[in-house]
Amino acid sequence: MTPHAIAPAAELVARHASAEARATPGSSLLTVLHAIQDDAGYIPDGVVAPLAKAMNLSRAEVHGVITFYHHFRTTPPPQVTVQVCRAESCRSMGSEALVAHIEQRTGCHVDAHRHAPADGATAAPHGSGAVGVESVYCLGLCAVSPAMMINGKLVARVTPAKFDAALDSALSAASQDGQPRAAKEFA
Amino acid sequence: MTRIFIPNESTALALGADDVAAAIVAEAAQRGLDIEIVRNGSRGMFWLEPLLEVESEDGRVGYSNVAPSDVGSILDAAFASGAPLSNCVGLVEEIPYLKQQQRLTFERIGITDPLSIDDYLLHGGLVGLRNALATEGAVACEQLIESGLRGRGGAAFPAGIKWRTVLQAQADQKYIVCNADEGDSGTFSDRLSMECDPFGLIEGMIIAGVVVGATQGFVYVRSEYPHAIDMLNAAIERARSAGWLGESVLGSGRAFDLYVVKGAGAYVCGEETALLESLEGKRGVIRAKPPLPALKGLYGKPTVINNVITLASVPIIFARGAQFYRDFGMGRSRGTLPFQLAGNIKHGGLVELAFGVTLRQLMVDFGGGTASGRPARAVQVGGPLGTYLPESQWDLPLDYEAYAAVGAVVGHGGIVVHDDTANLADLARYAMEFCVIESCGKCTPCRIGSTRGVEVIDKMRAPASTGEVRERQVILLRELCDTMVNGSLCAMGGMTPYPVISALNYFPEDFGVALEAAHDPATA
Repeated sequence: MTPHAIAPAAELVARHASAEARATPGSSLLTVLHAIQDDAGYIPDGVVAPLAKAMNLSRAEVHGVITFYHHFRTTPPPQVTVQVCRAESCRSMGSEALVAHIEQRTGCHVDAHRHAPADGATAAPHGSGAVGVESVYCLGLCAVSPAMMINGKLVARVTPAKFDAALDSALSAASQDGQPRAAKEFA
Repeated sequence: MTRIFIPNESTALALGADDVAAAIVAEAAQRGLDIEIVRNGSRGMFWLEPLLEVESEDGRVGYSNVAPSDVGSILDAAFASGAPLSNCVGLVEEIPYLKQQQRLTFERIGITDPLSIDDYLLHGGLVGLRNALATEGAVACEQLIESGLRGRGGAAFPAGIKWRTVLQAQADQKYIVCNADEGDSGTFSDRLSMECDPFGLIEGMIIAGVVVGATQGFVYVRSEYPHAIDMLNAAIERARSAGWLGESVLGSGRAFDLYVVKGAGAYVCGEETALLESLEGKRGVIRAKPPLPALKGLYGKPTVINNVITLASVPIIFARGAQFYRDFGMGRSRGTLPFQLAGNIKHGGLVELAFGVTLRQLMVDFGGGTASGRPARAVQVGGPLGTYLPESQWDLPLDYEAYAAVGAVVGHGGIVVHDDTANLADLARYAMEFCVIESCGKCTPCRIGSTRGVEVIDKMRAPASTGEVRERQVILLRELCDTMVNGSLCAMGGMTPYPVISALNYFPEDFGVALEAAHDPATA
């Protein structure tokens, strides 16, 4: 656990797991975890215990939900997250060759964050740290494959050149923003 | 004032529609034109996107694949009798791809502003709901059964029977849940429905609520669809303000309200019981059935759980009658299905037609062949758990029963075309690998079987493997798939063998085995 995550973790739980925050029908551990990740950029390890307490669940249940879903991440996001679709439709239009290009261009392995050590201390999950590449299985743009999402922006009919341009523009937008979201949050 | 339409829909946005919209504003201001920009939904002709439409006396004139730099010349052509443009596609409604469709569920998409209540009412909105409010629940269920509507998510269970079960269940609270966890590759009709005609889905869910006596509804949308979530939330807010939702639906005194819950990236949550677990905030692990969700569903209460397209097809059935809907289709597959042409296809998009059309008609007449220009080799119908069909099967009518008879599924209507560069052994391996990644882990055939499946396929394909080793792996793979099909608790493990076995049966050469060796003794 990173030391700076401890204090804000309790604050995150107070903010997003309060009775008011959970008053909307359909609220659950899932919606609370979404709120925490939307706010902090990831789900710090420190939230598990206070969240379990606040929601009258066991820590195992909270941990179980966090780790079940691909969407939730337990390490700070890189400046630029590339989510490249590798499902059948995109495969039929060369997504695997595109992934090879993306790995080569960014110097990071796809889905490296999923294989990072749990304590995060020695993990360098995103190559340079600026870019992370994740597999997704369908963005619903199957008529204009291959597709990807880069920092939340959809791009269709991706070619290596189109990827390079989108990456450069995302990197330059991120550097104008200053620090990545999560680092800003916990500064 | 002239209206100019530029879609606010994910595919169009992914191809730069927002930049085009900004360019229209700038260029129109520069020219002093009196225009109104409408952010419509997409027509579902995705190879034309971004498709800009300019209103004229004869109808809406389209310009395809518009880049911001094209906008100036389009405005000149449309307003100043400038030179005709090569990307002008003429009157959009006259494009054969669109004109030859039978759009019922998607009758409004691309035409209206998805968030405009006025547009919705102008195009037949709320007629179905008003009729349903005036009809007794039991009668309404009979009408839905009569229409022949079956679950469009893939399982094809008769919607009216499900609704009747929930209506007849005694409980203090019932729920309507919309399954919008459209995870199948090659499908996007749920997304289009939510982004381009969200009021249609909302109306369908309200109808479900008033018919079965449920007062709360939830739409569970996958997190990979952020734009659909935004559009749906905005539409729900407007529907609430307009009095469609809340304590008294359209002043009827009957309560119904609706909420969106975002998934978190788990394919298996498209399975209805896993979805209910997820909606309750738990791991998306499937439940054993029975009990059916219709009796013990969300929070243990009777629940109608239907796919987006099923619910979005409900308003037109109640507006125009069961018989009207039933008259489309063939056999026991009544009505229309929004087919989705995807993958290696020249003209990808949404094609809503009555059941009974063939794959070849869809791929050639609508799809225009492959995007690569190479011959098509295999077509996967029905998502990642669907069968790979070789050319010999492309003339079968798309009908639930006709497909089931050859061991294939229509599913959610997704059609992914692969050209002759595709390696079906790669795709079969990927099908198993996907099951490894996405299995919920509850049952052994799915959780362990998928991992063994990857290993067996790898061993079969290893260059060092002798013919004898390969033939042994074929037997192993068939036995493994048999266990998965018959021993898994849900379709995830139970149908992963469909693409695998069909790839092996129809394309054994890709696995490095001879046709005779791949042959299934059971079907000999």
